[in-house]
Amino acid sequence: MVKLTINGKEVQVPKDTTVLVAARSAGITIPTLCYHPRLKPNGGCRLCVVEVKNIPRLVSSCTTPVSEGMEVQTETARLKEVRATIMKLLLSDHPVECINCRATDDCALHELTMFLEVHENEFTGERRKYDTRDGNPFIERNMEKCILCGRCVSVCEEVQGVGAIDFAYRGFKSKVCPPFEKDLDCEFCGQCVQVCPTGALLGKMWDRGLRLGQEKKAVDTVCTYCGTGCNITLNVQGQNITKVTASERHWNEGWLCVKGRFGYSFVTSPERLTEPLIRKGKELVEVSWEEALDYTAERLKATKEKHGEDTIAGLASARCTNEENYLFQKFMRGAVGTNNVDHCARL
Amino acid sequence: MSAKSIEIMVCMGTGGIAAGGDLVMDAFYSQLKAAGLEANVQKGCSAHKVGCRGLCAKDVLVDVIVDDNKATYEYIKEDMVERLIEEHIKGGKPVEEWLVKEDYHNFHDKQVKVVLADCGNIDPESIDAYIGVEGYKAQEKVFKNLAPTETIEIIKESGLRGRGGAGFPTGFKWELCFKNESDQKYIICNADEGDPGAFMDRSVIEGNPHSVIEGMAIGAFSFGASIGYVYIRAEYPLAVERLYLALDQARQKNFLGKNILGTGFDFDIKVKLGAGAFVCGEETALIASIEGERGMPRAKPPFPVNSGLWGKPTVINNVETLANIPAIIRNGAEWFASYGTEKSKGTKVFALTGKVKNSGLIEIPMGTTLRTIIFDIGGGIENDKKFKAVQTGGPSGGCITEDMLDLNVDFESLAKVGSIVGSGGMIVLDEDNCMVDVAKYFLQFTQSESCGKCVPCRIGTKRLLEILEKITIGEGTAEDLVRLEKLAKDVQSASLCGLGMTAPNPVLSTLKYFRDEYEAHLEGRCPAKACRQLLTYTIDAEACTGCGACKRACPTGAITGEKKKPHALDQELCVKCGACFDTCKFNSVGRE
Repeated sequence: MVKLTINGKEVQVPKDTTVLVAARSAGITIPTLCYHPRLKPNGGCRLCVVEVKNIPRLVSSCTTPVSEGMEVQTETARLKEVRATIMKLLLSDHPVECINCRATDDCALHELTMFLEVHENEFTGERRKYDTRDGNPFIERNMEKCILCGRCVSVCEEVQGVGAIDFAYRGFKSKVCPPFEKDLDCEFCGQCVQVCPTGALLGKMWDRGLRLGQEKKAVDTVCTYCGTGCNITLNVQGQNITKVTASERHWNEGWLCVKGRFGYSFVTSPERLTEPLIRKGKELVEVSWEEALDYTAERLKATKEKHGEDTIAGLASARCTNEENYLFQKFMRGAVGTNNVDHCARL
Repeated sequence: MSAKSIEIMVCMGTGGIAAGGDLVMDAFYSQLKAAGLEANVQKGCSAHKVGCRGLCAKDVLVDVIVDDNKATYEYIKEDMVERLIEEHIKGGKPVEEWLVKEDYHNFHDKQVKVVLADCGNIDPESIDAYIGVEGYKAQEKVFKNLAPTETIEIIKESGLRGRGGAGFPTGFKWELCFKNESDQKYIICNADEGDPGAFMDRSVIEGNPHSVIEGMAIGAFSFGASIGYVYIRAEYPLAVERLYLALDQARQKNFLGKNILGTGFDFDIKVKLGAGAFVCGEETALIASIEGERGMPRAKPPFPVNSGLWGKPTVINNVETLANIPAIIRNGAEWFASYGTEKSKGTKVFALTGKVKNSGLIEIPMGTTLRTIIFDIGGGIENDKKFKAVQTGGPSGGCITEDMLDLNVDFESLAKVGSIVGSGGMIVLDEDNCMVDVAKYFLQFTQSESCGKCVPCRIGTKRLLEILEKITIGEGTAEDLVRLEKLAKDVQSASLCGLGMTAPNPVLSTLKYFRDEYEAHLEGRCPAKACRQLLTYTIDAEACTGCGACKRACPTGAITGEKKKPHALDQELCVKCGACFDTCKFNSVGRE
């Protein structure tokens, strides 16, 4: 364990902890924009700078490891000033049109502007302008709102292992884009959308509508797409899902794939089957589960008696868990008596 | 014709080649042969290329040595070779009017050459030439007779500090790496020289690549690195070519490779070409670039000496630092420490450029005054204009004014007045240079070379630049100056790496010493008459001869007038390009 003081308060943390994490563990707030607890520290936004005794320059707390006897100050007048300048610089290159921005209630930039009490901005000048060009159905990119925190680049590389985007150009012209500025062509997992602290990355199918007077709710549930069973949160307003997010508290650490994150439109689809159907004559008729299961059992039995076990085959679904798939093959082998069992993922 | 030996040395650094050095060289080759001289004196006759000897302004420089009598010629072109051979080599009488003049000797006399000692004297493409001037002796001594700690101790005692800019003690850095236990360590030579107007490292590698290789091998042996990298700009094709050649030669002679000199120590050097990003000279960005990542700096700590390339202990030294090592080992720490000041030992190479008569590459003992450098070695200001300031340290440095000309050039003294030694750029400015414009120039450079990672550097330098642009077109206000200074200080303290931390230096130092120039711009005046937007051009009707030259030069048709009658200038059409002022031979175009 390493002992240090932060704002005069003694703090004890394990070796290799960063100053930022040490401060947060002691209940001390340091503002950050580029920092994300599940990604490698980047140190680019510079909002988390702190003063350390005997180091003449300011250091970013997210990248600096603690050391024995370190004396850290996180709230001096100088730091407040520098942080305000950084925030103003960011805002001077940001379309400050929060009233029309879909990320307004979920924007770290907005939140920190309030937190740092930046009410006026003496910096003005050129702003980056980009054409929008997004041929994909999932991710909407508003690169003018991008603050180049680099979280999307890191998550794509470190977590997803894809590396579809990176920084390009230098200086003020720097931007995050796919190679050769081509249109985004990745697996559209949307991890970048999840970690984006501003409105630069959004889900295209996210609900844009406004429902006055309808209650907003966050419903925790489990993704039904595969046996992995990621925890997801449905953000609901009235009877509509506005978007799907994932919480870092669960085992999937907030990460999702393209299906779990963006493939939720089936929930409210009029074509969605909600009851079992049995063909009666020419019509498919809704029946109860009891009737459906009885009918299935009866037909299986009859077919087996008339034509033999091996005329029956079972095909399991990738949406089922391992346990469910195990039970299914057990059922086919034990109850039906055939080895004709397969899985849709092999097709 | 009785000469026993003839030696021709043609300056063929990049400057020399640009001035036609290769053509001069070819002319010597073919004409010596045609004249039958080669056959007559046989082995004694050689013509070869040498690296840059500093005074690039007078290229092509050629030494003609006949029987040990050396004569140096300046401004030689290929068509002059014939006369040199006829009169000097065959006739025995040097061509007086082509010989170098007094300023060539003044340029060299006050210099002390350690790093550049053999640049310009030996053929950089021949390892035997290097061995002939005691090359690789130091490596042999270190490998065979010295314990690693002894070598490190010598470097520490010599007081050598990093020549790349920051001035960190080299021996101490080596010792830190030596003490770090690891299965793999690296040494990197930083040859990513990117300052505008700086060409020290380039000339060393072009003129004496083996000295750098020897320095790297000595370092590698003493702290235990088995792989070295030279990170060099791809824009230095000649340096790259000579480096590759030198590496091959060193491998053939077993100064690199397996079981070097029979000691059982393995060490080899790889070359990594940089794609021309200024920020890649920053050591952590350089490491990222070698690793195949985009060249963006990483926050320190951890320092490379603890966790560098691929996370292993890594020493990064600048070209000039490494080129000093063999000389220190050969001559001893005391010898090196006898040059320089108390805290800045040895010599330093500077690229002396700008409005100085003798621009070029110089090497001086640390502690030499700026006055000596600019007025004795540099020969004073071009066209005898008035000296205004000298900018040291390139885009990361600051300006030094006339009243500080007697300042010693060393790490501490320059830092005290708000500038830096940096990698060694030294740009001399005269009365025609506008200091706001100079600050703007450097900011333009750092802004476009910022890697974009951190906010203060990416957006802060852009806003600084915009304020400077506003001031130079006469739209600045008093609040802009306050804003400029405050933002410059915030960018300095909040940026992630050295690029951002030092980018505001040109602004802060010009604001400190030339605030009156900034204030004049606020009133719509540019005292140096360099900011065109603030100038008004007029034609003096009495002096105008009506020659029509200005009328023809004017791109907007703002000047009218009949032939041989005074012309007139329409201020509304004038775009202040200055073409009329530059064209007029009768001083009748006024500029205010």
